[in-house]
Amino acid sequence: MINENSEVILSVRNLTADVDGIQILKGLNLEVKAGEIHAIMGPNGSGKSTFSKVLAGHPDYTVTGGEISFEGKNLLELGAEERARSGIFLAFQYPIEIPGVSNLDFLRVAYNSKRKHQGLEELDAFDFDDLVKQKLDIVKMNPAFLGRSLNEGFSGGEKKRNEILQMAMLEPKLGILDETDSGLDIDALKIVSNGVNQLANAENAIVLITHYQRLLDYITPDYVHVMEGGRILTTGGKELALELEARGYDWVREEEAVAAK
Amino acid sequence: MTIPSTVSDVAPINGKLKVDRAAYLQQLLSLRPALDEAVGLLNVIRDRATARVQELAIPSTRDEEWRFTDLSDLLQVRFQASSEQAPTLSFDKIQPFILPEAINSRLVFVDGHYDPALSGVDDLPDGVMVTSLAAGAELLKDLPSYLAQQQGAEETFTALNTASFTDGALVWVEKNQTIVPPIQILYVSTATQPTIDHPRALVVAESGSKLTLIEEYVTLYDGTYFTNPVTEIWLDTNAEVHHTRIQHDSDAAFHIGKTAVSQARDSRYTCNAVSFGARLSRHNLEVYHTGEQTETTLNGLTIISGEQVADTHSTIAYTHPHGSSNQIHKCIVDDRAHAIFNGKVFVPKAAQLTDAKQLSSNLLLSPKARIDTKPQLEITADNVKCTHGATVSQLDSDEVFYLQSRGIDEDSARKLLTYAFAYEVIREIPVASLREKLAAIVREQQA
Repeated sequence: MINENSEVILSVRNLTADVDGIQILKGLNLEVKAGEIHAIMGPNGSGKSTFSKVLAGHPDYTVTGGEISFEGKNLLELGAEERARSGIFLAFQYPIEIPGVSNLDFLRVAYNSKRKHQGLEELDAFDFDDLVKQKLDIVKMNPAFLGRSLNEGFSGGEKKRNEILQMAMLEPKLGILDETDSGLDIDALKIVSNGVNQLANAENAIVLITHYQRLLDYITPDYVHVMEGGRILTTGGKELALELEARGYDWVREEEAVAAK
Repeated sequence: MTIPSTVSDVAPINGKLKVDRAAYLQQLLSLRPALDEAVGLLNVIRDRATARVQELAIPSTRDEEWRFTDLSDLLQVRFQASSEQAPTLSFDKIQPFILPEAINSRLVFVDGHYDPALSGVDDLPDGVMVTSLAAGAELLKDLPSYLAQQQGAEETFTALNTASFTDGALVWVEKNQTIVPPIQILYVSTATQPTIDHPRALVVAESGSKLTLIEEYVTLYDGTYFTNPVTEIWLDTNAEVHHTRIQHDSDAAFHIGKTAVSQARDSRYTCNAVSFGARLSRHNLEVYHTGEQTETTLNGLTIISGEQVADTHSTIAYTHPHGSSNQIHKCIVDDRAHAIFNGKVFVPKAAQLTDAKQLSSNLLLSPKARIDTKPQLEITADNVKCTHGATVSQLDSDEVFYLQSRGIDEDSARKLLTYAFAYEVIREIPVASLREKLAAIVREQQA
């Protein structure tokens, strides 16, 4: 939902970034306000996933220029865990598996590290269990999953639902979903999308990174950005996604090439 | 106690190594306790092994089997004979090591001596004998067919044990008996002086029987001592033994242990070997198949740090068709520690249709940590499925990042991932309290 007067949550200006000495982001600009849902689309290798990792602070990616401000603070000064505690959440394309650490314990550690950062008391196991049980319904997850090792042996759909459950627990100001729709069957896609829709509100913002328009049938974006060559080439509304689906990405590149002349 | 290398009967680094290493071994042999004349069988066995030891020397790194494991440090220590009687320990000293599941099925040895007061075998289920070897030697006429009869007995430290042991643990499961409670054999060291002990265990699972065995080496102090154990395990046809071996010695200790297993047709053997090391530790794990369609599962975990050296040498020797084995060995090596893994699998022509898998997976936590890993498959049969792999890696930065992105600091993230790496082996242990105890030790070590 677009509201011109709402606060700017994320402001990215002229961002450039390298990985292994290769420049991937080449002057990216983006502004995200509270209440908005943004979709970033683009072909493979356009830099979408790199952008999500740079936002979340992956140490393998080096920011070489530009600025990222998050709620008015310089994000680049913060490590990955500090960004997470400050309200940035990245849902991973490939969530990792951790044998021996139960889903419930993991959620509790993550949740309490945020509470601590906010200067709040850690929640005891009893209260925490109650809270988690409420959130399970958002992604229609069976409570039995809480006792299992984190993501271990989970199907692709279960892993993605688990990511959304983590997001529901951590209540981020900015939720970034990196290809959360990839590899999901239609039922899982509906559950995940429905979860995201329940979590989106006027106080937070969502950035969806996706290759396919399909996700946007279930989560309606306020803005669609097309990324290519490490930059956002064009921005439009929901209809831009449909146009991309129908015409592919080539026309965007051509228009850009014409505009550049 | 470390003595200077100028003492004549200890090998100087550049002296006549071979001669001195032989003399050193004979010195260790001379420390063996005298045997009670009444135990005739043990006398015969010891005498045979003594003759063998007298031909041998402490191996050097020029010996292929000891290429990466340098015993020079051992030669710097002058060991003494263990006291003739075990110190009296109160139960509360060893209580932390007693598994609740094995409260009525445990044998406790203190500095190599059987301690009946600390053991608890009064309420055993029917069909299993759990006692000391000395007691068993009088009761079992079949004992000579098994005791010290495993292959590989001529190896230096195995022979030294056989020439030196006076007693040991005996676990004997009768035909078709399933023993539900785990049998725990606990070896406690109280050494504060450099002493040498030769723990010995004999486990026989008769045809169709089933047993869970927990063998554990622990210490009460940070002493310099040398534990040289041998455990022999016999599985008759269709028997099943689930064996867990925990080695947790002092950082100043030496531990050179042998597990020799013989598997008859259709038998199933699992070994979970968890080593927290010593100053220098070695586990020789040898599984000999004597019939068709045997199954062997070896799960290994070594966690070492500081200056520790920990070596696992395993052998699976097939001799018949349709056997299968699944081996995974993991090492977590921190600081300047050094882990060695050598995994032999022999598949001769007679062992067609063998299915053998081996994986050596290693985590290096520090730039100075070292791992030598060597899968060694010798296959002459032509219709078999044998795979092996070895990986040596650091923690994956994407995995660390995943945890950081959930608000967990980098240090905690690394510890959690290291724990998870170890847990994949720990979870195979069938006794819940032990599994939890080990998980807690690993978490604490990483904290």
